[in-house]
Parts: sequence; C-alpha cells; structure tokens
Amino acid sequence: MTAIGARLPRAEDPRLLRGRGRFGDDFSAPGQLHARVVRSPAAHGEVRALDVAAARNAPGITAVVTAEDLPRNLVIPVRLAIAGTDLSAFLQPVLARDTVRYVGEPLAVVVGEDPYACEDAAERVEIDIADRPAVIDARQDPPRVAAELTRGYGDPDAAFAGAARVVEIELAIGRHSGVPLEPRCLLAVPGREPGELAIFGMTKVPVWNRDLLADLLGVDETLIRVHAIDAGGGFGVRGEFYPEDFLIPWLAIRLGRPVKWAEDRAEHLMAVNHSRQQYHRVAAAFDGGGRILALTDDIIQDNGAYCRTHGVAVPELTAAMLPGPYRVPAYRGRVRVVLTNKTPCGTYRAPGRFEGTAAREHLLDVAATRLGLDPVALRERNLLSRSELPHARPISTLGTDMILDTGDYPALLAAAVGETGRLGYRDLAASVPGGGLGRRCPVARRGFGLAMFVEKSGLGPQETADVSVSRSGAVHVLSGGTSLGQGIETVLAQIAADALGADPRDVLVTAGDTAAQPFGAGSWASRSTVVGGSAVHQAALAVRRRAIELAARILEAAEEDLDLAGGTVSVRGDPAAALTLADLARAAAPASRYLREGEEAGLSARRRFEVSHMTYPYGVHAAVVEVDTGTGRVRVLRYLVAYEVGRAINPMLVEGQLRGGVAQGIGGALLEEFRYDEDGQPQAITFIEYRLPTAAEIPPVDVLLCQDAPSPGNPLGVMGAGEGGISAVGGAVANAVRDALGLPGSVGQLPLTPARVCALAEAIGGTS
Amino acid sequence: MSTHTIFLTVNGREHELTVEARRTLADMLRHDLGYTGTHLGCEHGICGACTVLMDGQPVRACLVFGVQADGADVRTVEGLADGEQLSDLQQAFSDHHALQCGFCTPGFLMLAEAYLAETLLADDGADALTEEQARELVASNLCRCTGYQGIIEAIVATARSRRK
Repeated sequence: MTAIGARLPRAEDPRLLRGRGRFGDDFSAPGQLHARVVRSPAAHGEVRALDVAAARNAPGITAVVTAEDLPRNLVIPVRLAIAGTDLSAFLQPVLARDTVRYVGEPLAVVVGEDPYACEDAAERVEIDIADRPAVIDARQDPPRVAAELTRGYGDPDAAFAGAARVVEIELAIGRHSGVPLEPRCLLAVPGREPGELAIFGMTKVPVWNRDLLADLLGVDETLIRVHAIDAGGGFGVRGEFYPEDFLIPWLAIRLGRPVKWAEDRAEHLMAVNHSRQQYHRVAAAFDGGGRILALTDDIIQDNGAYCRTHGVAVPELTAAMLPGPYRVPAYRGRVRVVLTNKTPCGTYRAPGRFEGTAAREHLLDVAATRLGLDPVALRERNLLSRSELPHARPISTLGTDMILDTGDYPALLAAAVGETGRLGYRDLAASVPGGGLGRRCPVARRGFGLAMFVEKSGLGPQETADVSVSRSGAVHVLSGGTSLGQGIETVLAQIAADALGADPRDVLVTAGDTAAQPFGAGSWASRSTVVGGSAVHQAALAVRRRAIELAARILEAAEEDLDLAGGTVSVRGDPAAALTLADLARAAAPASRYLREGEEAGLSARRRFEVSHMTYPYGVHAAVVEVDTGTGRVRVLRYLVAYEVGRAINPMLVEGQLRGGVAQGIGGALLEEFRYDEDGQPQAITFIEYRLPTAAEIPPVDVLLCQDAPSPGNPLGVMGAGEGGISAVGGAVANAVRDALGLPGSVGQLPLTPARVCALAEAIGGTS
Repeated sequence: MSTHTIFLTVNGREHELTVEARRTLADMLRHDLGYTGTHLGCEHGICGACTVLMDGQPVRACLVFGVQADGADVRTVEGLADGEQLSDLQQAFSDHHALQCGFCTPGFLMLAEAYLAETLLADDGADALTEEQARELVASNLCRCTGYQGIIEAIVATARSRRK
C-alpha cells in the first residue's frame, strides 16, 4: 500500500496537454441549435413591453421565448436550505416577467442555427423598461432584508460590559467571484423517449441538478443523464442551478433538437454568482492579560437581487466560522442578508471564511497594537491548545454541529513563524525598499502580516462509490464527485490503488456521470477527497476482500495465506501460485464455474461513506508586502501557507491547491472587484475592468504542508485542501499593508486598490 | 454576409474552406476544422487561452478573423506532441504541476513554444531563460488555478534542457 502519499503525475494531464480535454463547448450534437440569452439592460424596473417579433423574423432564427412561454411562477429553489429561514419570496424566476432586478437578468432566449445569427437577433429584441431607483449600497436605510440570522453562545454583552479593553473595527469586503477561465456552457440533447435528455455541462452537483431539472420538467429523473466532462475551473460558481440550466434543456425538449448555449465573458461576469461582499463591524473584549472574553460581529451581506441555490449558506458560514481557532468564551455573530440591484450571490471558494477570517484577523492585529502586544503573542495567548481539542462549539453550520476535531493550533503557528524567520520574511519586511527612486514621492514601505484560520471540509451526509475490476484487469472507479481541475481522478485512483493493491495507472475514474453514479453528492465544500475518497477506499477494500475470497477458492488456499499486491494475489511462500485481478474478474463473471449458486457475479463493490460531522483543517498565512505610497500599488513580495491537511494523498496536488488559492486570494485582496455605478450598471464586464491577477502580481508561494493531525472522522485521516489556500489571504495582506503603512486602525476595505491605498497613506501623512 | 474561400495549413495539414468574413480564427479552428484544443476564455484578447501560432508568431485567435489566416501556417496545441509522445514542454508542464483544469494550458503552451523557439534561434544559448524573464512572458496570459508558479518552472526547465 504505497500509492497514498506519492507525488504521482496527474492522470488528467496527458489529455489536457494535448488539447484532447473535452470541455463544454467541445461537445456538439447533430442538428444542434444555439441559444443566446437576452438580458436586462436595467438594474431595476417594470417590464412594460418585450417585442420579440423582429428577432423571431431574423434570418436563421428558430424560436424566441420569453416568460410568457414558460410555466407560471417558475423559480429556482434553494439547494442548501438553512433551518429557520424562509426565502420563498426572494427566489429568482427563470425568466423575468414583470420586474427586472439586476443588469444581466434573463428576459428572453433566442434560438437559431448559428451562434452569430443568434447574437445578431438578440439585439433586435426591443425591451421597454420603466426604470425604478436602483439600490446599490446594502447599508442604505431602510435595508431590504431577506433574512437575518444569528449564531453564538454565552453572554457577550455581559463580557463586554466587564472587559478591561474593548477593540472594534470595521472592514468591508469587496464583491468578487470565482471567475473560472472557461465560461459556462450547456448542451442538451433530446433522446428517443419523451423527456429523455443527455446533458453536458453540469459539473458540480450533477445528481442534484438532474433531480431538480426532472422535477421542473415533470419527467422521471432517470430519463436525464448528466455526462462527466472536463470543466475549466469551478471555484463554487460553476455548476449551481442557474436559469439557463432549466432553459436550455426545456428548449431542447420543446424544439425536439439539441440546444447548445455558450456564454461569453461579459455575460459570465454579470450572470454567474457573485460573492463575498460584506460589511463587518467586529469587536473583541479582552481581560487585562490580553485574553479574549467575547467576540461579536455585526455583518451586512450584500446578496444582490435574489437568493439563489445557496440560500443563506454564505452568511451562515461567515457567522458560524468566525471564532476560528481561538478560545472564545462568548460569541455572537449577526448577519443581515440584504437585497440590492446587483447580480445575485452564491459561494466562492472558502465562502464566509475569506470574509470572516479577514475581519477577525485584522481585528486581532489592531487589538495587538492597542494592547501593546506582539500580534503573534496575542494569538498564542488565545489559541485553543492541543488538550482542548476536540472542541465542541455550540454552533451549527450547514446542518452539522461544529466540533473542531483535532490538531495543535499553537504548534502550527510556531512552525509558521519559524518558517518565516528561516526564509527571511522578517528581515525583508524590515529592510528599506530600493524601488521608487526618481519619482516625485519616492516612498515605498514594506510590511509583514500573518493570519490564522480554521477551515471546514468533508461535508456529508454521504458519498457513494463503485469500484470494479474488468476483464483486462483495469480498475474502474465511479464516483459522485466531479472533475473541476482539482485532480480528483488522480486522487481517487491513488486511494483505490492503495486499498486494492493495484497500480494507480491501471485505475480509471469516472466522476460526475449520473448514470454511472446515481447517488453522487458532487464536488464542493472541500469534500471530495474526504467523503468521496473514503467511499472509494471502502469500496476498494471490499473488492480486495472479494478478490482474496475468490483466489482462495480457486487456488485452494486459506485466505489468510494470500497476499494482494501489484494487482496479483499470490500464496505467501509460493509465488508461482498466483492470480491477477484480470484472472479473478474473469472468474467472477456470470456463468463462471467458480461462482457458487446464488452468488453475485462480478469483481465489484458499491459502498456508501456516511458522515455527520465535518473535519476542520487549519493553517497560517504570512505575507511580506511592499506599498508604494506614491502610486498606491501593493506588491506581495513573499507569501507562506502553513497548512495541516491530516494526510496528503498526493502532496503535489495539495500544494497546487494551496498555491492556486493564494493567487485567487491576492486577486480578492488587491485587484478584483465588481463595481457598479449609481444606476446599477456593472462596471466590470471584461477582463480589463475585472482584474484577475497575472504572473506579475503573484509571487512564488512557500508551502509548509503538515500531516501531523490525521482526521479521526474518516478512514483515510484526510482533511480537505481546496480552500485553505485562499481563506486567510485577505487577513494576511490587510495586516501586512497595515504594518507597512503603520496604520493605527483598520485598512477599512478590501480590495486594497491603488486609490484606497493612496487614501490610507494620505490620511496618515505617508506621502509627505 | 459575405463569405470567402481560404486555404491554410494547420499542424502541417492543408485545409480549404469557405467562411464568413466576420468569423474568428478561433471559431473557425474549433467549430469548422475540429481543433477544439484551442479554447476561448474571454473573446476580447486578454486571457490568451486561444493563443495559436500563425507563421510562427503567437496570436490571440479570438482577435484574428479566419480570413486573415488565408495562406498561413497555423499551429495549435494538437500539433505539439509527436504521436503519443508528449513534447518536452508538455512533459515539463505535467512534471511541474503547471496545470489544473487545463483550460488555459493550450494558450500557455503555444505562447511558450513560440518564445522558446525564437530565443533559442536568436542567441547563442549562453544563458538559460531566467525566472524573471519567464514570469514576464507568462504574465501575457491568465490562469485561474495554479498561481503560475508551475508554469514558470516548466518553461524555465524546458529552456534549460533545450540549450544543453
């Protein structure tokens, strides 16, 4: 059993490197039509008229549909319902009928023979909207509150009243999103039976989307097959059920022809889930020794125009995860989920934790200044110690009780601090920058910041896996996860090979095909290695037992005398007496003489891994930045992630997840922002305005990957790694910029764009 | 809509086809000729996922009309490998974990391929490509998964091995 822990090259790489990946728009079907969505040009208003006649008569156009053509009151329900919140009045209709609520809201769909013709015709749809005032700032009074929720315990008010010191800051988190490089795409192909559909392009929770689509269409769910395809990045946004996920399949059935829809980048930036935008007022009460007595956070979440499939999961996670790795005797996190006339929100990698970690960790740095303590010392004083874990926090999140399951938070903090010293971070931060010479205000300053966090991973309740061996000896894994670029095929192959005693290169993984794995729960919430991997582990162990049972029968040996390694079962001490997995698969085939009466044929097993609690990885981020107070530019010079993952199935892939997460986090901390003008017109609908980081903005990222705290909650001991790279970037960068500028209080707002940094520098006289 | 009949070579194979004047080279390669390895990430020339080589020069296939490729020698990602054997650059991308979802990868491969070919011809090979030079090159395109480190390492390693 050596496949786990190896830095194996990825199974996905050869096809992707050769241009043989199969992404959404790479699929086509004979006779397919193309769709173009007509979107609202107004942020808020009454739809007075929608004249589609000219579009319908345009060359090459097959159909134009509006809300009038759809079943009435068709809305997209919440996938992640949180008990105690009723969002039914705020759900998004598939097509707007009377009222539009954000720029980009779908109003109509044009279908035709050619995508260029569809785009031309879409411009001929005449839209008459009577504008209403657009709400752009969620802090306006009175706010339109869709939901309000509070998570907490103890009596924070009493603790604050009796505290030696109270520190409070405000921090606003900007509006950004996952922005995968492949835009969304969907192909729906009708089959022979009424209602039968093949779908290409649902790549996050395919079974859930299939079931919802079947319900909305009124057909049996097994008539719909969602195929496994390559996806050009997910990050939480791709694969949720959007209006197009109903419209395209519905049009395919209605028109009796395959229909394909490929969005463009401008559509993506105004139609796909936004995320993050929150306003925090976070406060801590301390005793005279710098120990936290209580923590409170009052949060406004700008949720955009509707509640989508995530419901209030992001605000709930924000409030639930806010205390992080610290000993917090009393806590209250209150969130008001406010609707505005912007693109609706959902999750983006580390939802709620990027935001909450930034607020809490920035608060701690400000508190350290006020208390006259070193930021590391303040954290050391308040971290839960090893002996305090597992720590049951009286909070529920995503329907699970929060039990911080394992780890040694102070040890990881010490290791991270040691690593930053060893790598020269402190010296670099303290050194005088050489840049900036020759400018009018040649003032560049360096700073160091760190942030600590607890992540969550391995959300249940279940994942199912099938493992089987075919006649050639190949091992097939059918998983309910999906391949989003994270390397799930490689990881599950390593897990199966390890348990089964096979070579990982002989394992074929199919992830996210609803016909192959009808019980899959999808890839999100850093769950696939933990929950999906554990299911594969158990199924592969069952196949192993079955292989040994059959071999014992055929070789007339005792099971305890048999070994299975390298895909071969052999009798210990008699290597000539051996059978390969291929031999055993044949021996298990129907009508084999080795099968007993009534015995099930096949060398295969299906197993379901059930888990009721999440597992909580944790880490430390540290950054050295250089701030040019003349231009406002912030450069990240060095970046470290120290992360406890329990056990790394493939350390190369874990490091890749962490590094990629950091890059996205730097985008959110410094560059990326969906801004709107006062009329609600989006100001970032191309990659010129929505600034994804390039290689010029991302430094080499140092990784300290720890496997010191195996998770007790699953047989592999693994914790998720998908989100720990991004969780604390906002906090670490904010703290480093604050250190560089010598700010007494909060940086106030992320992202720290040049204009904001200049304003901060000016406020403290940094450019004089 | 006016159409034009054009001739071009893609990965050494000759093609003759009739296209609308406004059809982009990217759409033509992907949907008329079946080279779906060329990907469209933004269609406005920023992300570089659609980078292909036209007469040896990297171009954004979303910003070039198909008719502009009349008579050109085009190379796409499908032309990099030798049969089943990955090129050294492709292999280096795998070795250095330079790709995750792989959607941007063809663009980076073609960009780097052109750069490596040009610089190898241009100088005497005394100095290998530095990491800073590679970073500047890589900053032409967008990747949302990797944080760029593996891409830079893979290109530097390929430059080094090609100069030996």
